[in-house]
Amino acid sequence: MAMLEVKNISISFGGLKAVDDFNITIEKGQLYGLIGPNGAGKTTIFNLLTGVYKPDCGRILLDGQDITGHKTAAINRAGIARTFQNIRLFKDLSVLDNVKVGLHNHYRYSTLAGIFRLPSYRKAEKDMDERAMELLKVFDLDREFAYKASNLPYGKQRKLEIARAMATDPKLLLLDEPAAGMNPNETAELMNTIRFVRDHFDMTILLIEHDMKLVSGICERLTVLNFGHMLAEGPTGEVLNDPQVIAAYLGE
Amino acid sequence: MKAYKKKVLVQNTITYALVIASYLLIQALIAGDLINSLLKGLLVPLCIYVILAVSLNLTVGILGELSLGHAGFMCVGAFAGAFFNQMMEPSLPSDQLRFLIALFVGAAVAAAFGILIGIPVLRLKGDYLAIVTLAFGEIIKNVINVLYVGVDSRGIHLSFKDVASLGLEESGRVIIKGAQGITGTPKTATFTIGIILVLITLFIVLNMIHSRTGRAIMAIRDNRIAAESVGIDITKYKLMAFSVSAALAGVAGVLYAHNLATLAATPKNFGYNMSITILVFVVMGGIGSIRGSIIAAVVLTLLPEMLRGLNDYRMLIYAVVLIVMMLLTSSPRAIEMRERFFAFRKTGKKGA
Repeated sequence: MAMLEVKNISISFGGLKAVDDFNITIEKGQLYGLIGPNGAGKTTIFNLLTGVYKPDCGRILLDGQDITGHKTAAINRAGIARTFQNIRLFKDLSVLDNVKVGLHNHYRYSTLAGIFRLPSYRKAEKDMDERAMELLKVFDLDREFAYKASNLPYGKQRKLEIARAMATDPKLLLLDEPAAGMNPNETAELMNTIRFVRDHFDMTILLIEHDMKLVSGICERLTVLNFGHMLAEGPTGEVLNDPQVIAAYLGE
Repeated sequence: MKAYKKKVLVQNTITYALVIASYLLIQALIAGDLINSLLKGLLVPLCIYVILAVSLNLTVGILGELSLGHAGFMCVGAFAGAFFNQMMEPSLPSDQLRFLIALFVGAAVAAAFGILIGIPVLRLKGDYLAIVTLAFGEIIKNVINVLYVGVDSRGIHLSFKDVASLGLEESGRVIIKGAQGITGTPKTATFTIGIILVLITLFIVLNMIHSRTGRAIMAIRDNRIAAESVGIDITKYKLMAFSVSAALAGVAGVLYAHNLATLAATPKNFGYNMSITILVFVVMGGIGSIRGSIIAAVVLTLLPEMLRGLNDYRMLIYAVVLIVMMLLTSSPRAIEMRERFFAFRKTGKKGA
């Protein structure tokens, strides 16, 4: 069974059809790319998948479970985590606490246990600290754990966003332009990180990206979007050589 | 990791120590008869203001929503507590015990109002939320002003008209008398009880901030959309912060009610002026800084009393201070000077 199956979703804002009859099927463990010119509706699709918008029609199945129209928080608990195009960290919290917020639903204790520092609080906090540090180490952020998130350099902020998303233990990870604003070195490092996340956590990843080097370097399959319509779909090599795609997006 | 955790612990300990040290200092001054009666009368109100400031900081600093209705929750707590005290007087003769239970009753009723008001209000943001909470605060005060409640053998009677329409039996007692409020509540509140309540408030607020709940609340403050995307139930945690904040304001209200012979809802004690005064404590002490709230509440309550001699010039001084503060914090020239001063101090230290 496919990890994500999106069937014929559409949404319009006023008279504008932002996404029209969109379909995608992502198998478990796949690294999938969503590309297209600015305003094609890529981020809108992410917002539809994560419940920020409700589709006008169509269905979204995650690992066989229908999540169409569910709330954002519920969809995360069902197994979709995401990062944002414009970084959205908890800027006044420490790097460690950012990840611990991601662990929120996996290590539970009641508010009263927290206030009275009951054993359940101590145990859960200890486990959370350990798990969070493990994750930070994976993303090479462990030395900065006490920094305020807003004090991290840009590249590390992007990584922290991925670490936070991974803390929610998702089945599917959505990355919205992870390489935006990065220099070639940082991009190369990011490619390694994304590949590592896929292999290490056996993760299914869908990413939006404009950096063709990154897309052709790591994505196995691509969907190209143009003005809300699907232009092409298939293995990366084929799609990037499709004359239609070259005309609409890549240029001669 | 250990050093990081220790820092939080040290910061919290300083806050508790500050409160306990000032308590001991004042007790010593009282024992040595070095304190005038005016100041003595201010001790319980000081505790009340500190509790209010710390609890409002939970909404304003930690949840990040501007609430201007805090005095309304204090009002609810005060009346619920005093009403309970008077109603139970025949069956529970101990003043202290009734006061103790009244604290819980006041907190519970204020928390219930916090949830009730929070459900519609927390859908709003920023200025809109501030204005609606302001309105709710005023509504609470005005409703209590026309509320008549009596007790007789058949139970509790309510009216919004007058005492006669309560239809009490002869043995019945009127407890809340509209604009006259509640009279005859025993004056059980003491400075020691006040300080204990301050410490309990600090314990609840500080421990909550440094727990899973507090992190969720601060995550919502920093970025609601991101918090939602990692599976945090926004409504639940917003309501949690808002109602805990209201409950603690309710406790302050009960303390207030048991420090006065007559409790009436006037614009002076429960009006929007009071809400704004509490907000000023929070803002002056630094939004989000619990220790700052305590210090600001104490200083801003004591200063006007200490400087009573300069009463005529108060507004003049206030205006001048405000202008100077604004210049110092936002004028580019002042910022530059300040930075140069601190840089100088740093290098000066190195040389020495």
